[in-house]
Amino acid sequence: MSHRLHLGVFFTGVGPQLIWTDPAFSSHTHIDTFIATAKTLERGLFDAFFLGEGLRVRENRGRVHDLDVAGRPDAITQLAALAAETSRIGLVATQNTTYNFPADLARRLAGLDAISGGRAGWNIVTTDNAWTGENFRNGGWLPHDRRYARAGAFVEVAKALWQGHPVDRHDDLIDVTAAPTVPARPVLFQAGDSPGGRDLAARHADVVFSANTDYHKAIAYAADLRRRLAGHGRSPDSLRILPGAAVVLGDTPAEAAEKARWIQREQVTGPRALAFLEQYWGKDLSGYDPDGPLPDIEPTEGELDPSRGTISIEHRTGKAERIAGWRRLAAERDLSIRDLVIEVTPQHSTFVGTPSQIADEWSRYVRDRAADGFNILPQLLPGTIEDIVDKLIPELQSRGVYRTEYEGTTLREHLDLPG
Amino acid sequence: MSQRQPHLALELGEHAGDLATSAEAAGFALVTIADSPLGGARIEAGVRAAHLARRTRRIGLAPTLHVTVTEPFHLATQLASLDHASLGRGAWVVGAQNSAEAYATVGLPRLDGAELRREITDAIDVARQLWDSWEDDAIIRDRSTGRFLDAGKVHHVNFTGARFSVVGPLITPRPPQGRLVVLGSDELGVTDRLDIALIAAPTLDEITDRTRRARADGAPLVFADLEVHPAGHSSPPRHLADGSSPPLRHTGGADELPELIERLGRVVDGVRLHLADPGALPGIAAALGRPPVTGPTLRDTLGLPRPANRFATVA
Repeated sequence: MSHRLHLGVFFTGVGPQLIWTDPAFSSHTHIDTFIATAKTLERGLFDAFFLGEGLRVRENRGRVHDLDVAGRPDAITQLAALAAETSRIGLVATQNTTYNFPADLARRLAGLDAISGGRAGWNIVTTDNAWTGENFRNGGWLPHDRRYARAGAFVEVAKALWQGHPVDRHDDLIDVTAAPTVPARPVLFQAGDSPGGRDLAARHADVVFSANTDYHKAIAYAADLRRRLAGHGRSPDSLRILPGAAVVLGDTPAEAAEKARWIQREQVTGPRALAFLEQYWGKDLSGYDPDGPLPDIEPTEGELDPSRGTISIEHRTGKAERIAGWRRLAAERDLSIRDLVIEVTPQHSTFVGTPSQIADEWSRYVRDRAADGFNILPQLLPGTIEDIVDKLIPELQSRGVYRTEYEGTTLREHLDLPG
Repeated sequence: MSQRQPHLALELGEHAGDLATSAEAAGFALVTIADSPLGGARIEAGVRAAHLARRTRRIGLAPTLHVTVTEPFHLATQLASLDHASLGRGAWVVGAQNSAEAYATVGLPRLDGAELRREITDAIDVARQLWDSWEDDAIIRDRSTGRFLDAGKVHHVNFTGARFSVVGPLITPRPPQGRLVVLGSDELGVTDRLDIALIAAPTLDEITDRTRRARADGAPLVFADLEVHPAGHSSPPRHLADGSSPPLRHTGGADELPELIERLGRVVDGVRLHLADPGALPGIAAALGRPPVTGPTLRDTLGLPRPANRFATVA
């Protein structure tokens, strides 16, 4: 039974998380950046390097969102290239079940697993919106509530093909007749936060990448997921829970806190704060001062603009109520636009402190089985990862909660998953 | 007619990475990687090419991706990513497998004849438009305004084909070569869309004939396929399952190969070898005595100019 911490890095490649104004930032699209990152992670004995994917470039009011890093490679292609540059690190590709053909994707994932010697992972995601579907043959064909039904059927097809079974399935979710792929067994990742996602995770996932990072939420989430596992006849130890997390390290608690404040202000710049509000107001707010009060106009209720890449589905309705709530909050605490956005932006939890403090905190997560580790979202490249590898990993190792060498060669072995 | 030694290409077939590094050392311009959606126990060609991108330094990498059984948007993304990972050595052999079995893997209706040609044309056209959808200087990193991108330089393509449409832009910035090098058989019926027409014909006369036609149809480069068999090999020419012509065959020793390639070079711009015995490569390499290509991109090697971006406004 493993009571050790597992770590991955989630390289999203888009969004405000990564601070491109950092002087050390070179390019988030150049292959050399990916190679250097993967090699640093391998030096730090990480379990996995994990690439995000989104199938439409994010937009703000019909134009490409221009404030954040954007542009990323196809994950499987990139990871196949990285497989040639690394020997141990797990290579996890985010791939969509709504806008792929199951036999085609299963074959590519099997190829990545074979060519990397068993280091492939698949982060299973779904897309609910027709806006993304505008890039695909069957754009927008799948209603929101059937996304996970399709995903479940898709994963069943992929698993059968990997295990050497031909598939012949024709129903309203899947239409495929295909022969087996090369033998493969990619590790299956799932975000598993909504009820549908949790159920899919409990049925199929080897790893969940949840947003429940806060200690008490993590405990509750882990308990819920283990209960669901039992419902599918799976042992509680057959799944690893790796919540998303950001990390800010400093030599002293004060230094770490100061750095965290700086990172937050860099992530929520004035223009970004205005762009965030524009998603709700649905109009140009660039004339407002981000360090001033909230816009004095009300948005017109009506069709939400198509900025779906930057706004999650839960937030597409009830905008007026949300804005009224923000006005109350801003009035109570005298917040500027930028302060308010920092306050209300959904963020992955951030661990801020000295390496020793964070190592203690993470040891507690593992001991109490609140989590099996974390998927780290770097804000600075290469800074965040180099700091973790050079300063935090040795602290974790000295506490006996982190490996001192790779014992196995496959991702499944790294994660101590059932063979 | 070509003035220089013809370019060399090698079809890797099912053989693994070492063959590509040997081909690179032997002065080949590119390797092609055949594939089939029914390939079963074979690693998908795009994955193999991406892996080879980091095992080689100068040779071009051309996986076969079939337009009939994938999403055109994914295909364009995967190829753009291959070009990024290889720093400009990506190419694409256009596949159009259209058997009932191939279509059954994706549950799409089977296309043939003019409909199939239209689908292939649409897939090539949308890929090229998507490769242009980010202008080369779209990433500006302007600290003064906080803008990472120039939103005016990342474009919707709004492509409408016969059977699919794509809004774009691509999720991947413009490939280093601008657009990947597109190869395909002259028998696909889309020669006007190809950068390199591949001609499989059993005689030099037929190769000459079809080369003339391919050039008239607008192919900038023409490569002839050549099967190389060990000396004394006597098996009859194979009949290809898809009904296409069998390629020219060479059954002499490696010593006689340079002369045949030189003769072909008076007609075509390149020769793609299919080795019945991959173990013959070192002997062939020695007989040819070519230095490795210098690249750095495949377009540089082939003398194909880097295309201007259709969305860029002329300065």
